[in-house]
Amino acid sequence: MRDRSALSLLVVQILVASLMLALFGRLFYLQVADGPRYQQAALDIQSRDIVTPALRGLIVDNEGNLLATNKAGLMVTADRSVLDKLEDKGVSVLTRVSSVLKLNYEDVYLRTRLCPELPKDQRNGCWNGNRYQPIPVTKEASENQVLTILEQSDLFPGIDAQPVSIRYYPALAGERATHVLGYVGPITEADLNNDSGIRYYRNEFKGKAGLESVYDRFLRGTAGVKTVIVDRKEAVTQESRNTPAISGNHLIVHINAKLQAVVEQELKSSVLRAKASGRRADAGAAIVLDVKTGGVLAMASYPDYDLNIWENGITVKQAKELYSAQSGVPALSRAIQGGFAPASTFKVVSLSAAVDAGYSLKSRYNCPSSVQIGNREFKNFDSKAAGLIDMTKAMAISCDSIWYQISYDEWVRDGGLKPKANPNDYFFNMAAGFGVGKRTGIDLPSEISGRLPNREWKRGWYEQNKDFYCNYEKRAKKSQLTAYLIEIARENCLDGDKVRAGDMVNFSIGQGDTLMTPIQMAVMYAAIATDGRLVVPQVAKAIVQPNGKVIKSFAPKYSGELPIKKTTLKFLQNSLRAVVTSGTATGAFAGLGVEVSGKTGTGQVFGRNLDGSAKDDTSWFASYAPSKNPQYAVVMMVSQGGFGASTSGIGVRRIYEHIFGTNGKKAVFPNGVPNRLPYIDSSKGAIS
Amino acid sequence: MATNLNIGHRGKDRRSFFAGSDRALNIAVLLLLFMGIVLVYAATRDWFASNGLDPEYYLKRQLINVIIGIALAYGTTLIDYRLLRAYTPVVWGLGVLGLIVVLIPGLGSTVNGARSWISFPGGFQIQPAELAKISIIIGMALILSERIANNDAPTDKQVVQSLGVAAVPVLLIILQPDLGTVLIISACVITMIAVSGAGLRWVLGLIVVGITGAYLAVASGEVSEYQLNRLRSFVDPNADPQASGYQLRQARITIGSGGLLGKGLFDGPQTNGRFVPEQQTDFIFTVAGEELGFLGAGLILALYFVILMRAFSIARRTNDLFGRMVCVGVIAWFSFQIFENIGMTMGLMPMTGVPLPFLSYGGSSMFANLIGVGLLQNVYQRTR
Repeated sequence: MRDRSALSLLVVQILVASLMLALFGRLFYLQVADGPRYQQAALDIQSRDIVTPALRGLIVDNEGNLLATNKAGLMVTADRSVLDKLEDKGVSVLTRVSSVLKLNYEDVYLRTRLCPELPKDQRNGCWNGNRYQPIPVTKEASENQVLTILEQSDLFPGIDAQPVSIRYYPALAGERATHVLGYVGPITEADLNNDSGIRYYRNEFKGKAGLESVYDRFLRGTAGVKTVIVDRKEAVTQESRNTPAISGNHLIVHINAKLQAVVEQELKSSVLRAKASGRRADAGAAIVLDVKTGGVLAMASYPDYDLNIWENGITVKQAKELYSAQSGVPALSRAIQGGFAPASTFKVVSLSAAVDAGYSLKSRYNCPSSVQIGNREFKNFDSKAAGLIDMTKAMAISCDSIWYQISYDEWVRDGGLKPKANPNDYFFNMAAGFGVGKRTGIDLPSEISGRLPNREWKRGWYEQNKDFYCNYEKRAKKSQLTAYLIEIARENCLDGDKVRAGDMVNFSIGQGDTLMTPIQMAVMYAAIATDGRLVVPQVAKAIVQPNGKVIKSFAPKYSGELPIKKTTLKFLQNSLRAVVTSGTATGAFAGLGVEVSGKTGTGQVFGRNLDGSAKDDTSWFASYAPSKNPQYAVVMMVSQGGFGASTSGIGVRRIYEHIFGTNGKKAVFPNGVPNRLPYIDSSKGAIS
Repeated sequence: MATNLNIGHRGKDRRSFFAGSDRALNIAVLLLLFMGIVLVYAATRDWFASNGLDPEYYLKRQLINVIIGIALAYGTTLIDYRLLRAYTPVVWGLGVLGLIVVLIPGLGSTVNGARSWISFPGGFQIQPAELAKISIIIGMALILSERIANNDAPTDKQVVQSLGVAAVPVLLIILQPDLGTVLIISACVITMIAVSGAGLRWVLGLIVVGITGAYLAVASGEVSEYQLNRLRSFVDPNADPQASGYQLRQARITIGSGGLLGKGLFDGPQTNGRFVPEQQTDFIFTVAGEELGFLGAGLILALYFVILMRAFSIARRTNDLFGRMVCVGVIAWFSFQIFENIGMTMGLMPMTGVPLPFLSYGGSSMFANLIGVGLLQNVYQRTR
């Protein structure tokens, strides 16, 4: 054997041995050292969760009538992970789909876009979920449409169809309850990664607004999950877990479908009436509160929309309209998200503040046509003088000038523009005690707090705006450079952080910077109607299991008490009755047949409409009835609706006619507000 | 010059079938063949059963392949390999003929982008490139073992001639194209030239030529997109997640999930779920990895180790240079093919379509491998 060859052979042998050793080492690393990681990876590959969304619980009214239910639908979905791989990115497939489903191609296209794919201002109707979820194109396809698609699967790659349960708002009594009920929508990435302890699955839906959102965790139930082991072709080889779906619980609300329908209709006709008399009347709200429990019996906001558009597949046009100023932003609930100057309805606060400041309820006060404060003249609403009158009359005829004088005197006592260290601030403190500037805590999402423009608020406001006012001629638009506005800017720059005499005087009649929501107003008047406690309004009454077992009852809750004496409360009640018997609301309530107490409000609004016209007054009417032993607080507000009495007053009167069944109307509650929980027949829906 | 010709030695005792052959080599090969049959069955039974087909389809066919292969190996040992030298040109010529036939449209059929198979009626197919490996090894061994005068190394002319013997079939295989086989053959050629005693310059030169050739092939677009994707997914397993990257990732996960003891024979969920494509052929090792675990897959590596070390021992023992060169050729062929195949399933090597000797399902490679074993035993038996 030749040495050279033998040596080469040895070298090759060593090389081969080391290759084998390398394989051995790698095998050890994969299987033993790193084995657990690969075992998990294998499990991830093989197991699939098949999720069956639970049947969502019903929402029923206080008599058991269905407000929200489920119905069977056929859902056609698009799988973006398939469409994106096609040469034209699925354009031709979606074109065919829209023609089969008789839908607008643009809508179908947008519905199948992920929201982040689109520019920020063009996201109306986009898909809020993920690329790997089947994206619903419609949930209301006909059987024939679905067959057309499924039978020609080669023409419709990535398109699938399956029966689904869809949320349905049947409007059995004609009610919409748009802003109260809310709607459901797809699960988002944020939902999937939430840390609230609720596990969501991609093909589930979730309440996105209103009651559907607030009580989602009760309504949604628990999705059924079947975990299966699949092969590469996704064929099931083994089942490893199977938990059945648990249906959601039903929500019983204080809302009454018939009353809700009436309130919506009366709100709308009040708006139309105001329009007919030349007002702009762009929005409104009306609320009926059960003063004894805080239950929301009806809550309407104008404009509203049909909630079923969400599940039917919202079109681009519909989605745009929900938030467009031209159509009045129907998505916004004026009842809890609209802040308006309360105007004369606020005088219940001023009267109570005056009592605190030592003004006697038995004295008479001068009600001149105007009061000169500084260099400005503050006029009575109708510029009429009423002479020496008592406080009850002052409320009834809604005299402003009495409050101008009292609030101005108190402002001076508190130090005027150089306030004392501890000013009494009777008016501000009383307003806070009546709940102004504080959320009522209603069980609906996104309630606003309104605004209490006290000294603290003024300072904050000044910090934010002093740059603008102190450099007004540089910052303002050309059109804002009028002599009057420049003068106001100069004043604002000088002492905008102070509560000025004009601010105080305006505050006393609910004008100026004060903002209240209709729900705050309803709670305030409910407190006056009863024992002075500020109730927390609640829409939900109870939650019951599908088998009828009550798992949660919502007892009345209170957030505080009006800081007034019983005698003052009694005086307020009498005064509010006088408004209807011998004051500003007498005409509106003549011949009603039920004793009502209330207050008109006509709020001046500064600012301009989109077309440049000056804004019309806000029309308010806040009330409760029957005056003796009150049961209901009813508030109506029409933005740019004109006078309180003629627009909202008449609207509230008609609501009472329906509630009590007077003037030929059929009573909504002939036996009073039902306080027993209704029986829910899950199969049929509604029987009281 | 080869002088110690011991023609006529047929083993000391021919009482039995394998008598006179290297027993350890035989046992290791037979064990692997047995494991291969079981693993091919494990890889295909659930898949075929779930498609309503005969679950034993692959089992039966692999059994036939093994029986024919063992017969061929036995046949190979019967004729003294030194007599075979005379027939070398015929063996080589047949190999080249097969490679030409496979390229003729209508005769050769295409699988995975390569025209590698000749189909015969009745579903029987052969892959000429597998058998061409033997032609090349014998042909090169013949030329490189000739010794002129008292030289202890082949002359440059011999080296060039031997390269020519390899070049013709390699070029034909490139035309298919079956780059995996080209890679294995190249490794064989370089190893044989290195062991033949030819100068180091030849070895280094060939390595440089090989690398340059590979680079030019990729740069000129001669390498198909299919091949490139396989290379890319080796560099970045996520590059082509649906095709070759998917396959490599699945292979690695399948092996890794086996752990120390495995999921148990026939009980591998990855295997039964058919997550690794072509699992009974090029990815048969993943079945062992998943179902038999580190112990079983390690045993397979150990058996290969035994085979290779026995082959080295045979090569070292023989005084006949031709016999040694044949052994070296077979060793290089087996070891690089084992390393490429198993290395590929574990992410050490890029993906090429070469079967795993003795284990992968398939006729041609089984026959070729067992003929290779037959050659080793032939040399063993005729060494005193």
